Amino acid sequence: MTHVITEHPYFGVFFLFALTAIAFPATLAAARFVSRKLARLDTQKLKLSIYECGPEVTKQPNVISAQFYLIALLFILFDVEIIFMFPWAIDFKLLGWFGFAEMILFILLLAIGFVYAWKKGALEWHSIR
Amino acid sequence: MEVTVLPEVTWLGVVIKAVIILAIISAIAGFGTYLERKVLAFMQRRLGPMHVGPYGLLQILADGIKLFTKEDIVPQNANKLIFQVAPAITAATAFIALSAVPVFPDFTIPEFIPLLGGTFVPSMAADLNIGVLFILGMMAAGLYGPLLAGMAQANKWGILGSARTAIQFLSYEVVTGLSILAPIMLVGSLSLIEFNDYQAGGIGSWMMWQQPVALILFLIAGFAETNRTPFDLLEHEAEVVSGYATEYSGMRWGMFFIGEYANMITISVLAAVIFAGGYNDLGFLAGWFVIILKIAFFFFLMLWVRAAWPHVRPDQLMWLCWKVLMPIAVINVVITGFVMMA
Amino acid sequence: MNDIEIITGKFPTAKVTEALSGQEIVMIEASDLHDAAVCIRDELDYVLLLDITAIDNLAKSHKCESRYELRYVFRSSDFERIMIIGLNANIESGVDTLCDYYATADWLEREVWDQYGVTFVGHPNLKRVLNHMEFAGHPLRKDYTITDAQFCTRTQDLLDEMEPLLTSREYSADRDNLMLLNLGPSHPASHGTIRTLAALEGERIVAGVSEIGYLHRGFEKSCENHPYNQIIPYTDRLNYCSALINNVAFAKSVEEMLGITLPDRGIFIRVILMELSRIIDHLVCLAAGLLDMGGQTNYWYLFNPRNDAYDFLSRLTGARLTNSYMRIGGMSHDFYEGWESDLEDILKKVEAGTIQSLQMVEKNRIFQDRLQDISPVSAQQALSFGFTGPNLRASGVAYDMRSISPYYYYDTFEFDVVTGSVGDTYDRIMVRFEEIFQSIKIIRQAAGTIPTGDISIKDHSIFLPPKERVYNSIEGMMNQFKLVFEGLRVPAGEYYGALEAANGELGFYIVSDGGPIPYKVKVRAPSFVHMAAYPKIIEGYQVADAILTLGSLNIIAGEMDR
Repeated sequence: MTHVITEHPYFGVFFLFALTAIAFPATLAAARFVSRKLARLDTQKLKLSIYECGPEVTKQPNVISAQFYLIALLFILFDVEIIFMFPWAIDFKLLGWFGFAEMILFILLLAIGFVYAWKKGALEWHSIR
Repeated sequence: MEVTVLPEVTWLGVVIKAVIILAIISAIAGFGTYLERKVLAFMQRRLGPMHVGPYGLLQILADGIKLFTKEDIVPQNANKLIFQVAPAITAATAFIALSAVPVFPDFTIPEFIPLLGGTFVPSMAADLNIGVLFILGMMAAGLYGPLLAGMAQANKWGILGSARTAIQFLSYEVVTGLSILAPIMLVGSLSLIEFNDYQAGGIGSWMMWQQPVALILFLIAGFAETNRTPFDLLEHEAEVVSGYATEYSGMRWGMFFIGEYANMITISVLAAVIFAGGYNDLGFLAGWFVIILKIAFFFFLMLWVRAAWPHVRPDQLMWLCWKVLMPIAVINVVITGFVMMA
Repeated sequence: MNDIEIITGKFPTAKVTEALSGQEIVMIEASDLHDAAVCIRDELDYVLLLDITAIDNLAKSHKCESRYELRYVFRSSDFERIMIIGLNANIESGVDTLCDYYATADWLEREVWDQYGVTFVGHPNLKRVLNHMEFAGHPLRKDYTITDAQFCTRTQDLLDEMEPLLTSREYSADRDNLMLLNLGPSHPASHGTIRTLAALEGERIVAGVSEIGYLHRGFEKSCENHPYNQIIPYTDRLNYCSALINNVAFAKSVEEMLGITLPDRGIFIRVILMELSRIIDHLVCLAAGLLDMGGQTNYWYLFNPRNDAYDFLSRLTGARLTNSYMRIGGMSHDFYEGWESDLEDILKKVEAGTIQSLQMVEKNRIFQDRLQDISPVSAQQALSFGFTGPNLRASGVAYDMRSISPYYYYDTFEFDVVTGSVGDTYDRIMVRFEEIFQSIKIIRQAAGTIPTGDISIKDHSIFLPPKERVYNSIEGMMNQFKLVFEGLRVPAGEYYGALEAANGELGFYIVSDGGPIPYKVKVRAPSFVHMAAYPKIIEGYQVADAILTLGSLNIIAGEMDR
């Protein structure tokens, strides 16, 4: 197997996208139709209530706690930088020592930020207050 | 190297391939649940499914019927549209990622079949020059499934589950990306076919001997990205009941699992192609057979680990990712660079 | 000068009344309770408050000073002696609370208030604990009619407890975006129906409040309406993971009230079965605890031998879970033929399964990181919480009734008391692992030296005569008739009998009025006491830790809710 030459390599992606976008929702719709036909609908009210281990749901802050956002922020910081490293890695041999030294510098800059985040305790799981 | 002239890829070939991916991988994903139950059962000294069909083989069918006919419930207070769409996102992204994965070898449909005869079906639906990046990107987009599912259902377990999804998938995205950087440097391409060709020289040329650290990092991150033990925190029932899937039932619930198993297959294929020699012939064994063995091994590894280990806590997961795996991955990249330049 | 004399010397109004089987009750004035508690805890060093209960004298055959009496049972720091303090409670003015001295008094006093309506002055949160909040009346009062059904529909929101707790920690549910999450009653990891309302900051538990009583079925009230032998099937349902220990604990307490001892073979059978039950109980705790952590395979390695053990019990007693094998004064029948090889076979399987399960986790980093330093309970705290059994031993306190106040020849068996060091979840799990091996050791010794002879006492006013005597002699017939239609009579008096159950000290405070039906039975259930501490020890840890802590405490809802 080698590369095959196609005029539009993304046609396959597009087609699978279209296919899944139709097939899966269609399956779900069919399943919903069939299952609702078979279901007993006189117990709707109980079924539709929200599960919280039995008792009535008390207070509902429908928000994600701030700790989780901190990790998400870290991701933004580091993942964006990793995206920069992909093109560099592909052309690593081409760029030679110059490119490597530059990347080391880049990684060092990253590391400074990383050490700062570590020292600040951003990687710990603790109270935000 | 022998030059083979390949037939031209037509749109019909791609369409057939896409349909094959959807049909066969869905079936394999279903079979994967059976395999998982059987493998776990044998490791735990029990029999697993035995009653439906011979050796419980029809259990998959029974499960399918059950999922299909079980009442589909959209709970009150839920964001109905997002709640209903979220499972399809998980499944769809998993299959779109597979479009750039060489799952089966290419072949030409025999002439005697009417209409389709003579069509060349390529090994992958989309032969992209950014193959690895595309697959990882698509799998990462799968994060939206559990995340939106958890947030749309107005359930506290769902919220917790989707919060865990966000941090787990996002964090390990960094490690997956970093871990395959070093192999990419060696190969100089993102295309999976280039990876395969790089390792054409028998077992000795496999990437895993040159990059053992990267393999381990990739597998750990892969386990986390596919939500497997010891990182199955998204819907571990002892803690967050069912996490993002708490309010789901029937086929919508099943859709998450089709996606999860498709992702497991993707990760197994990636590990086999990037690190374990791809689909090159191994001695007298044909390439297509070898890769199936390799994929099966990595799939089995996921089940094995599930049988052997308990799972970690969210903060330990984060600690492992940011304080251990990410620095190791960066150091691995730097050392690879030095070795290559020297 | 013994402890009781010190108390009577300090409080001249105190009177000592004889209880059964050598126990004494020190009756003090209600106003002296505070000072007496200080004296008992600080001077006499009684570290454990085992139980608080009340007696309603309304139906007593003789005249009593006041309608309600309270009983406090303490255990000394060497764990060998108990002290029972009694007082006449005035229902209007109430009794002082002991919450400041013993943390365990919190729930115990709540239970007394719930069941008898005796108020405790100064109690921080005197509300129902076993019965539903909408329930009217106090069910253990003698004038409560048990046939009146009450329908309770609403769920407690528990905010009355949660909000002050949060305020005291300077949190506000709204301002700090806390998630108030119900862990239970119907949660996959709450083994049994236990509810904990946790205030979460992210995944960290800031404050927790527990609600129990979902499995409350009025065990103690039922006991007041059944003859002694008919209570034994009820005791099965207390700790259903080790039903036989509950059987023995109740039978032994009543036998001690009667002043009878079993023939040696009977005692040995009881020891073997109790240790086997202890093994089963620990296996359940460990298997479920490890399953909560994702260790599925451990679950099967531990549950398969448990199943074999149940097969043995089923062959012996006819039932797997609720055996009801014991009788007052003996047991229903002897071992079957060939039991030795069956038992040895099970022990081997249990040993193999436990070792394999241990091998899977012992050196596993994930296992260690998940459990170590999670919810540690210091020895001091553990005693104040009233912990007993493996949970107390995990904290490093070597209190095991089997070795400290030996009964049933436990002093002749060679076994080690297993203790932990810091009392964290890891210690609680590991202590149970090791206790399985110690129990196997005891069973092997007991099975090797079991004497032949009778298994039950010969006194047929207590124990049913054999069938041939019933059919062939008038005395046997009379004994059978009297026992079946009336039940055995226990001399009037009170007695606190306890033994080392799988979860800790399982005590029965039995009051007899001389009749065939106990006047009152109060169970000192270890799980009830452990559960009271649970919301306090999970604070500051994560949801995932709280689940494992619950598993490691081994809360059995049957004996907790009674």
